[in-house]
Amino acid sequence: MKELMYPFDSAFLLKNKKKIRRKLMEEKVVRIKKKIAVLGGSTTDDIISMMELFLLEQGIEPEFYQSEYGRYWQDAVFGTDELLSFKPDVIYVHTTSRNITEYSLDMNNEPSSYQEMLKRQYEHFNFMWEKLREVYACPIIQNNFEYPLYRTQGNRDCWDYRGKVNFINRLNLMLSDYASEHEGFYINDINYISACYGLDKWLEPSYWYLYKYALNIYAIPELSFNVSNIIKSLFGQNKKALALDLDNTLWGGVIGDDGVSGIDIGMETAAAEAYRAFQQYIKEQKQIGVMLSVCSKNDYENALAGLEHPDGVLKPDDFLCIKANWEPKDVNVENIAHETGILPESIVFADDNPAEREIVSSQLGIKTPELDNPEDYIRIIDRNGFFEVTAFTSDDLRRNEMYQQNAERAAVCRQYENYSDYLLSLEMKAVIEGFRSMYIPRITQLTNKSNQFNLTTKRYTQQEIEKVGHDKNHICLYGRLIDKFGDNGIVSVVIGRIENSALHIELWLMSCRVLKRDMEFAMLDSLVRECQQRNINKIYGYYYKTKKNAMVSSLFGQFGFEQLEADESRSKWKLDLSGYINKNKVIMVEEGEMAI
Amino acid sequence: MNRAEIMERLNEVFRDVFDDSSITVDDSTTSKDIEDWDSLEHINLVGSVEQEFKMRFKMKEVSSMKNVGEMADIVAERAKR
Repeated sequence: MKELMYPFDSAFLLKNKKKIRRKLMEEKVVRIKKKIAVLGGSTTDDIISMMELFLLEQGIEPEFYQSEYGRYWQDAVFGTDELLSFKPDVIYVHTTSRNITEYSLDMNNEPSSYQEMLKRQYEHFNFMWEKLREVYACPIIQNNFEYPLYRTQGNRDCWDYRGKVNFINRLNLMLSDYASEHEGFYINDINYISACYGLDKWLEPSYWYLYKYALNIYAIPELSFNVSNIIKSLFGQNKKALALDLDNTLWGGVIGDDGVSGIDIGMETAAAEAYRAFQQYIKEQKQIGVMLSVCSKNDYENALAGLEHPDGVLKPDDFLCIKANWEPKDVNVENIAHETGILPESIVFADDNPAEREIVSSQLGIKTPELDNPEDYIRIIDRNGFFEVTAFTSDDLRRNEMYQQNAERAAVCRQYENYSDYLLSLEMKAVIEGFRSMYIPRITQLTNKSNQFNLTTKRYTQQEIEKVGHDKNHICLYGRLIDKFGDNGIVSVVIGRIENSALHIELWLMSCRVLKRDMEFAMLDSLVRECQQRNINKIYGYYYKTKKNAMVSSLFGQFGFEQLEADESRSKWKLDLSGYINKNKVIMVEEGEMAI
Repeated sequence: MNRAEIMERLNEVFRDVFDDSSITVDDSTTSKDIEDWDSLEHINLVGSVEQEFKMRFKMKEVSSMKNVGEMADIVAERAKR
C-alpha cells in the first residue's frame, strides 16, 4: 500500500487507521504471525495501532501485549501472568527522556556525583534488560533517548558534566555499548529520528500534558515505522536487492541521446554532484550485502559506457546483472530475480519514471519508492528501511562476491554436457557439523530468510537456535560448501527432534545459491550417519506448504522417504534407516563435532 | 465558512476517524453517543479536526470541550481570524 511507504502522510494514517487496517486485513496475502510485547514508559496506544499497520504491510501479522500505562519496568522485572503466558517473540521497550529519573541539575555537585547518577540510571535499565533476557529469551528493542526540550546552560549543556544534553549523550553511548556486546538487543534510535522530524515538533509538550504521550502524535507513525523496520528485519522480511534504472536515476540525462560526455555525473554541476552522491550511497548499500542490478531501457553498449564514466562511483562489475534492453521493465525485474536466485518481492525497484514504477508495482507488487528529484533519492530510499541491518554476518559482507562466483560457475557449466561431470569439476568440499557458537547468528539469519528451499519454514530467534543447538534431544547440523571458485559459506541447516528411536525433522533448509549441487544429499548422508550412531532407526520428515516453497514439495520423495499422509497443505514422510546407502557422490565431506 | 459547513466537515471527520459512514453529529453529540469514542480516540479526533481546519486547539480547550457544538464554536472562532 503506497500510503504506508516513506514519505507518508502521518495525519492521514492516524485519521484513517481503522479503514487502512480493514483494507490490509482484506488483502489475500500470507503473513507470519508474531507476538510483540510493548512495554511503555508513557502512552503507547497509537504507537501500537500504527505499528500494526506497518507490520501488516511488511508481511507480519502482529499480536500485541501492552503494559499498563508507564509500567514498563514493573512488568519487565516482576512479570505479569499475562505477559508470561503471552510468550512474546519480541519485546519493545518504549521509554524516552521522560523516563530519566536520576538526573537533576545541581551546579554545586562534583563530577563524581554525576557519574553516580549516570550509573544509577543505566543500572535501572540494565537490570530490566537482563531480567527480560533471562525470562523471555527473545529479541529486545530498546529506545535510546531523545534530546531535551531546553538547555539550561545553553550550549554549555552539551559539554559541562552537569548538563542534561551531556547526560543524555553519555547514557546513549552506554546503551550502544550494551547493544554491541549483546546479541538479540537492538536500539531504536529515537535520538536520530526525533532530529529528522524536528525536535521542537517531536517534543511539543501539550501531548504529554494532555495525553501522556512522550512525543507529538503526528510523529508517532515515524516512530512506529522505525520500530517495525527492526522487527521485520529480525523476522526475515527485509528486501535483498536493488534494481536500478540508469538515465535520470544513476546519472542525469539520457545516454542514448547525450552520449557519455553529455550525462550529468561527477563534480561539475549541481545535478552531477547529486547523482554522484546517490551512486556513492548505492555503493555503500552493496557494502551491507544488498545485491545490485541494472534495469534500464537502453542499448547494452550505451549502458556500459555510462557505467564506465570516469567520474561515476559505480562500475559495471558492481552489478550482478545488467539488463539494458527494450523489454518491459517488469519482465526484466523478473529475469533479474530469476538469475540472482531470489524472489521478485525481495527486489526494490528504483526508477525516476512514474510510469515505469507503476508497471513494475502493478505487475509484480514490489516496492517502487518515489524517486522524483535526485537530491531526494538517498533520503527516500534510506528512510524506507528496506535493508535495515539487524544482524550483519560475514555472508553479508561477501554476498555480491559469492553471486559473482555463481556467474562464473554458470559459465563453466555450459562447457559440460553431463551435469555430474560439471559438479565433479567444481571440486566441492563440505563441512557438516553441529551448531558451533560462532555461526549462531548466520544460522539464525538463514532460518529467517530462507523461503524457497525450506520444508517447514519454521523461524527461530538467536536464543532459540542456541538452546536447540545444545539440547541433547535434538540433532542440529549446519553445512558449509566450498568449491574451486570460492567459499559459499553456511548454506544449509537441519534440525531434528529425537523421540524414542525416531528423529522428527523440524527444520530443513538450504540457501538457493547452492541449488542443484547435491548439497542436500550430503546433508542427508551426515544426518543418517549421526542418527545411526545414536541408535535412531527412523526419520520422519514434514513438508508444510507455503506460497514460496513448492520446489521442495517432493524432496523427501527424492530422498527415498515413504509418504505416510498428505493433504493440500502438508505431508508427512518416513525413512527407514536400515540399509541406507549414501546419496552424495560429488562432494567431499568433512564432518566435525556433531553434538555440541 | 458558516456553521452548517463546519458541521458538515466535522461530520466527515467523525466518519473517517470512527470508520462508520452512518454517523451523524449535531451540537449536542458527546462521547457517550458514539460507541468507539473513548479517551484514546478523542486524541485522534482532535488531531484530525485540527488537520481538517488547519488550526490548533489550545490545551485547555481540549480538556474542556463538552460536546460537538463547543468544538464547532472554537473552529468557527479560530477560522474567523
